[in-house]
Amino acid sequence: MVPRTAGPRVRVEEALAIMTTTTRPHPTEAGKHTGAEPRRRTTVKSPYPYWFYLPAALVYGTLFLVPTFASFYFSLTRWTLFDHEFIGLDNFRQFFDEPALVKGFTNTIVYAVVTSGLKVVLGLLLAVLLTSRIPARGYLRSVVFFPVLVSTIGVGITFTVLMNPEHGLINQSLGVLGVDGPGWLTDPKWALLSVALVDVWKGVGLATLIYIAGIVSIPQEYFEAASVDGASAFGRFRHIVLPLARPATVTVIILSLIGGLRSFDLIWAMTRGGPGFTSDVIASVIYKQYQAGFYGLSTAGNVVLFLVVTAVIVPLFWFLNRKEVEQ
Amino acid sequence: MGRVLPRRRIGALAAFAVGALVLSGCSAGDLGSSDSGSGTTISFLADNSDSTLKTAQGLADAFNAKNTGVTVKVETRPQGTEGDNIVKTRLSTGDMSDVFMYNSGSLFAAIKPEQNLAPLDDQPYVGDLDKTFKSTVSAGGKLFGVPFGGATGGGILYNKAVYAKLGLQVPKTWADFETNNAKIKAAGIAPVIQTYQDTWTSQLIVLADFHNVAAAQPDFAEQYTAGKAKYASTPAALRSFQRLQEVHDQGYLTSDFASTKLEAGIKHLADGTGAHYPMLTFAVATLVSQSPDKVNDVGFFALPGDDAAKNGLTVWEPAGVYIPKTTTGAKLDAARKFLQFVASKDGCDAIAKASTPNGPFLVKGCALAPDLAAPIKDMQPYFDSGANSPALEFLSPVKGPSLEQITVEVGSGIRKADAAAALYDQDVKKQAQQLGLPGW
Amino acid sequence: MRRHLTGLAAILVSGVVFVVPFAFIAVNALKDRQQSALPDFSWPAHFRLVDNFVEVVKARDYMLIIAFINSTILTVASVTGMVVLAAMVAFVLQRRASRWNGVINFLVLSGLIIPPAVVPTIWVLQRLGLFKTMPGLILIEIAFGLSFSILLFRAFISTIPRELDEAAVLDGAGPLRLFFRVVLPLLRPVAITVVVVQSVAVFNDFTNPLYFLPGDQNATVQLTLYNFSSQFTTQYNLLFMDVLLITVPPLLMFMFFNRQIVAGMTSGAIKG
Repeated sequence: MVPRTAGPRVRVEEALAIMTTTTRPHPTEAGKHTGAEPRRRTTVKSPYPYWFYLPAALVYGTLFLVPTFASFYFSLTRWTLFDHEFIGLDNFRQFFDEPALVKGFTNTIVYAVVTSGLKVVLGLLLAVLLTSRIPARGYLRSVVFFPVLVSTIGVGITFTVLMNPEHGLINQSLGVLGVDGPGWLTDPKWALLSVALVDVWKGVGLATLIYIAGIVSIPQEYFEAASVDGASAFGRFRHIVLPLARPATVTVIILSLIGGLRSFDLIWAMTRGGPGFTSDVIASVIYKQYQAGFYGLSTAGNVVLFLVVTAVIVPLFWFLNRKEVEQ
Repeated sequence: MGRVLPRRRIGALAAFAVGALVLSGCSAGDLGSSDSGSGTTISFLADNSDSTLKTAQGLADAFNAKNTGVTVKVETRPQGTEGDNIVKTRLSTGDMSDVFMYNSGSLFAAIKPEQNLAPLDDQPYVGDLDKTFKSTVSAGGKLFGVPFGGATGGGILYNKAVYAKLGLQVPKTWADFETNNAKIKAAGIAPVIQTYQDTWTSQLIVLADFHNVAAAQPDFAEQYTAGKAKYASTPAALRSFQRLQEVHDQGYLTSDFASTKLEAGIKHLADGTGAHYPMLTFAVATLVSQSPDKVNDVGFFALPGDDAAKNGLTVWEPAGVYIPKTTTGAKLDAARKFLQFVASKDGCDAIAKASTPNGPFLVKGCALAPDLAAPIKDMQPYFDSGANSPALEFLSPVKGPSLEQITVEVGSGIRKADAAAALYDQDVKKQAQQLGLPGW
Repeated sequence: MRRHLTGLAAILVSGVVFVVPFAFIAVNALKDRQQSALPDFSWPAHFRLVDNFVEVVKARDYMLIIAFINSTILTVASVTGMVVLAAMVAFVLQRRASRWNGVINFLVLSGLIIPPAVVPTIWVLQRLGLFKTMPGLILIEIAFGLSFSILLFRAFISTIPRELDEAAVLDGAGPLRLFFRVVLPLLRPVAITVVVVQSVAVFNDFTNPLYFLPGDQNATVQLTLYNFSSQFTTQYNLLFMDVLLITVPPLLMFMFFNRQIVAGMTSGAIKG
């Protein structure tokens, strides 16, 4: 992968220079040059042909979009899988009547914000740490990423046992320190937060990996230039890593926020929305309808969840990407 | 630019992809499973819980050993609601196994039996089956299933050693039960075991109380299905929720009730750190495998009501074994032979041999072996005297899906009994509307 | 010196936060059934490493082995497909501005937001004759995994200078050669991320195989967990042993690819 002749190297350095200028707000000759390109490209055959979309579109369209549109129709029916009866918007009315829904709604927001916020911050810090020259880097990376590999069911069972108020390791350890630990999963005040923390534990490895990939892609030249300028470690982080790892940040925010808003599998494995209904989120309310065999109702719930998530994510996505282009 | 990626790497990538696709073309094969002989092979779908699987495999093995030219192969699915959805999905897409095992009662009603299952009314063994059971696997006047194992009792598993030590009698009324509880608590033992980490176990006091509800108001099930009787406004039914609240309010529960599962509850019971465990006799199998030396320290009695004269047991009917309409021709004949076997004395024997029975069989001529676990033996008197009723879910298609969350709230002191009963009525209403029942 | 202190602190903290839970799983995987009924951090009274291992592997007619084979085939094929298709989409999506981009971005996000509809999907598969076939399941996994992969690729393609494309085109490369020989290799860090993450997701998936390729001979590894945990009994010792066993392949894969990421750091994708 390392070009050895002079030709490509020159091009690469030229490219680097241009990239530098496009990420900094002072356009140079080279920057203008790139700006002029799209017009030229329309005249020749594009190196980015639309048919590249085709294979993915075919698979995605037939196996995801078609069934999804079919299911949207069923949200307007009373559907037992064996037959269905058109009932208009009754399912939506019933879904909004769900006693656990209001609580579920606030829980969803809290859960999504806590998990994605912690994943962004911890993921970035861990990634910086794990790309620096520290001892046992390989071990640390593996260890941080390991939870991502374990199944949700396995993680749920393990932490349910560890968080047991009487026999659990966590409260026993706290007891040694003289602290009386709460019923992590059995106290309505703590249940949701406890699950969110386990979610972060399980998911932070992925955020870290995305950040590592982002930091690794930052050209070494920047760091070299920075050390010539005598920048401190924090300065390097503030002025190089933070702005240039932006695509990674955007990706982590989007993925973890969507994941948080839709999440229920870990909640289901650990508390089943309980005790009672206290740690229910929208997705677990929907899942309960599905489990009860209320297929039309659960599909209607999915439409609602889809609209909620879209209302949060699409503006955010647009905003984050617009900023990226501006820079 | 060809230098950027060496040619051999592309080759490797392509070979990797092609290899994967070729591999995917052939299936994993039947590793480790025995050869099926000549004749017809039918598949038998059962859930994958330990005891169901042992029973299903025991039935298949015993049947295959008879050499009828039919071989039965057991397939599995998850249990609980995931399993419900698998069964419904496979039925609705015309892809069910040749024979399958599934709940009777309200869950049976939800799989549209008349539309999806093959009727069994012309089969020779129909007369041998228990009448109540038949009603739980019938729809539109037609019979669709044979019993998969024996009946299960819902009541109180109790520690006999604790009873002997404190000189207690098996209670016939709720008041006696509460007196016992007070004495047990005074002796430093937790009177009532609850295990809310397995949320379904929280429903037992309410559900097992149904014999008492039916004794007080015999037409409750009918009125309830019609949308006329409600839990919140029927005193006998509301009492079920109040009993659960009572044991919590009196401080009778095991201290770790919120964070333990069934196994831990059984351990409390076997070790005598808890005296009463409201449970299904299903759990005796767990007791037998977990603490084999303590089985005879444990006994069983029905959940006591207000009237000692009407004391009786709430019974859970066994699951049924059904043939879907998609099974035809030689496979249908084979499937019928298998069901005939399941509903025969040989079938009962195979079941009894395969796992710990939960209670009496429902096929004429079948009897439980004398060397039964003590708690199961304690069920027999309720059957001999006829003092038993099926649980509500076998008399009515309506069972609200959120009952277990609501009973956890009542048992944990988060919600009071009357508010809980009202909330459950709402939950039930949704279910009835989804089923399209008249009167809701 | 400070670097070593940071490293030491990191190792200590990671030990408590990440290693302890796994030590817990491992210790309980060695116990007998009675001792593991209430899992805790006590030392196993009887070491049952071999017995538990054999029992887990033999359970249900060697289901675990079948499951390993199935999961491996499924993972390798679908992740390969996902990476190639998603990178192609992301490449054009990032490079070529058009009025379609808004729509495509929205569709990609939808794939992350909307949960798949099981029954209508089965209808489509039945019509295509792909229901209950491994290729059908592979295509399903690809379809459901595309959105995530496209999003990741898209973010990182923006870090590859367009001038590299220009140069390749000047050298006479067509779109295919440009993509497969120039761009894809430069995407190595992110491609590895996608491979690792999606492999884990597919390898650990059990609902899709359950619905789209039912039958015990088609079991996947996650399903084997149900052999030891049911509504009525949980055999924690065997369950934890199974959790350990089915985590080994993803772990090996991660350790292998982790070195690739480190290699990417030193040889430098863009540095040249």
